[in-house]
Amino acid sequence: MGENLFTGIAAWMRTALLDIGTPPLLSEFIVLLVKLLAVIIFVSLNVLWLVYMERKVCAYIQCRIGPNRVGPKGLLQTVADVLKLLGKEIIVPRRVDKIVYLAAPLLVFVPPMMAFAVIPWGNGMAPVEMNIGIFYVLAVASLSTLIFWMGGWSSYNKYSLVGGMRVVAQMVSYELPLVLALLGVVMLAGTLNINDIVNAQRQVWFVFAQPLAFLIYLTAGISEVNRVPFDLVEGESEIIAGPYTEYSGMAYAMYMLAEYANMMVVACMATIMFLGGWLAPFGWTFLPSWFWFFIKVYALIFLFMWIRWTYPRIRVDQLMGFGWKVLVPLSLANIFVTGVGMYVYRAIGW
Amino acid sequence: MRTQTYILNMGPQHPSTHGVFRIILELDGEVVVKAKAVPGYLHRGIEKLAELRTYPQVIPYTDRMDYLASMLMNWGYVAAVEKLMGIEVPERAEYIRVIVGELSRIASHLVAVGTYSVDIGGFTGFLYCFRDRERVLDLLEMVSGSRMTFSYFRIGGVADDLPPEFFPTLDKFLHDLPSLCDEYDGLITGNEIFQARTKFVGIIPPDVAVNYGLTGPNLRASGVLYDLRKVRPYSVYDRFDFEVPLGKNGDCFDRFAIRIKEIRQSARIIRQAVDGLPEGPIMAKVPRVIKPPKGEAYAEIESSKGVFGCYVVSDGSTQPYRVHFRRPSFINLGYLEKLLEGWKIADVIAILGSLDIVLGEVDC
Repeated sequence: MGENLFTGIAAWMRTALLDIGTPPLLSEFIVLLVKLLAVIIFVSLNVLWLVYMERKVCAYIQCRIGPNRVGPKGLLQTVADVLKLLGKEIIVPRRVDKIVYLAAPLLVFVPPMMAFAVIPWGNGMAPVEMNIGIFYVLAVASLSTLIFWMGGWSSYNKYSLVGGMRVVAQMVSYELPLVLALLGVVMLAGTLNINDIVNAQRQVWFVFAQPLAFLIYLTAGISEVNRVPFDLVEGESEIIAGPYTEYSGMAYAMYMLAEYANMMVVACMATIMFLGGWLAPFGWTFLPSWFWFFIKVYALIFLFMWIRWTYPRIRVDQLMGFGWKVLVPLSLANIFVTGVGMYVYRAIGW
Repeated sequence: MRTQTYILNMGPQHPSTHGVFRIILELDGEVVVKAKAVPGYLHRGIEKLAELRTYPQVIPYTDRMDYLASMLMNWGYVAAVEKLMGIEVPERAEYIRVIVGELSRIASHLVAVGTYSVDIGGFTGFLYCFRDRERVLDLLEMVSGSRMTFSYFRIGGVADDLPPEFFPTLDKFLHDLPSLCDEYDGLITGNEIFQARTKFVGIIPPDVAVNYGLTGPNLRASGVLYDLRKVRPYSVYDRFDFEVPLGKNGDCFDRFAIRIKEIRQSARIIRQAVDGLPEGPIMAKVPRVIKPPKGEAYAEIESSKGVFGCYVVSDGSTQPYRVHFRRPSFINLGYLEKLLEGWKIADVIAILGSLDIVLGEVDC
């Protein structure tokens, strides 16, 4: 069922373009453009769905029903919300740094969108093949720190400033265990190419080979996307909304939606690195590979939501302590054990 | 490196100051150097208003003080007027007062527990508590016809008898309550992060608590056994068997946990009061026009926030010459400024939330 649906469309388009006499280079370029556009549109729509999903999941956790008025089962609620926010004025307080203040919400979608360029959604379904894919994603994803900080710094508001400072401190200190956790997987797979890493998991998913790295990655990943219990950046009960405090209308909505896009990136990466990406478990290939990928990603996102609506928030010093005193040493130990293990494995020569 | 402190004006418009409370914080990074509490944004001059009203007309004003436990506010005021006039309240009225008063206490504590969960960052606990508080409000609505501002107490008794449908609903609620409390304990109290956030934060030593006049759960969390219902029983509280939960460290966690324990004890009291509810009138013989003799009286009760006292001076007319309320929320805030020093911004919210203030009562 549709295993080659998307790759088929791409191939068909390529031949169609060649048939009408387009030069090969140009047709390649057009196909790439269409692919990237498709991903951007998909991610934007998916973010709307994730907001809806979050509201439904949290509603059921809290013994409520959640949105159920706009559209069937309330499915159009987020669309309505976004349309409403589009109609709202973006208030620019008098003493803000205007350019930075307005640029931040525009730029906030850029890092996750760039990261999606190399995510393989199914077998051979990465828009761009890159042999340093992991490195690229990590590099791009860490850019969002800067954008949040731009919003916090330019707002001319003490709550925003505190939030902005927390972003920098938190993201820098959790980036480290995140990368170190992924390093264990990279060592096992011996490559930075995302497709090769997925293919290396044909025998056994890396979540079983690297359980500790998986947990560290999840923890640091939740922290990277600023969600409970690490949502100190927003911390609505103490610093109102952190860097987003002064934003209104669509500018605020951009931040909010970007959070979900970032969450998607983290979930996709966890799926690729630890859960076998688009590989079907137990050889259940009756579902297409991209379908399996989405099942895994949404399962992880559901886990994030579950955690968010169950846990309270930790304090800033506990956050830093946990990052530097627990996660970093653990991930270093994980790398060490993995290295020794690999060496022993090879020496025995199983 | 040269650093400097900055002033953060927290409130009166802030999601976690539980109303229009304002704290001016002097911060060094995230650490509080100095705090200044600025109450008064909800001041309505209830004490002055009372001087221009007849005695029964003051009762609705008391509702607006601690609006989360209005029954107890009513009680404090009518107790003072009854003391002034020497009215003997009928036994059935006293039992009804205990039942609705304890229900009010449960409702108030449920709000305290729920909002504290939000203060710490967990939203789900809040909705669980409010879901169950709804059932208490439904019960009190059956009794008084109102959900928040009951004005149910009268000088000499209560406004109306308990309706027959009240008892089965109450019975079901009391049956469910222990398991609901277990649910809060499981979701909030037992949570690792919640404990890390609240244990040994904002410690009030027992002697300090006594010196600053703290009362209610805040005092008992410091380990001081002082509950008016036990140490100086008023109304019919000496007939019920219940325990007064005590804290050990006097930290935020103790102040939080003690409220859930008190909910359980209140349920015990209600159960006994319903079982022992005597027959008889619900109003004492009170003159149509209330005109207390010249003099003064002070009565106090254990409200959900602490000792709620009411001082009434009569000049022999139909209007009180002076009314003063001892509002526990306000007095409990006395130590706040010192308590906040040295803690972080997040702890400011945790400490303020654990004191469980209601701004209607603080500012009166």
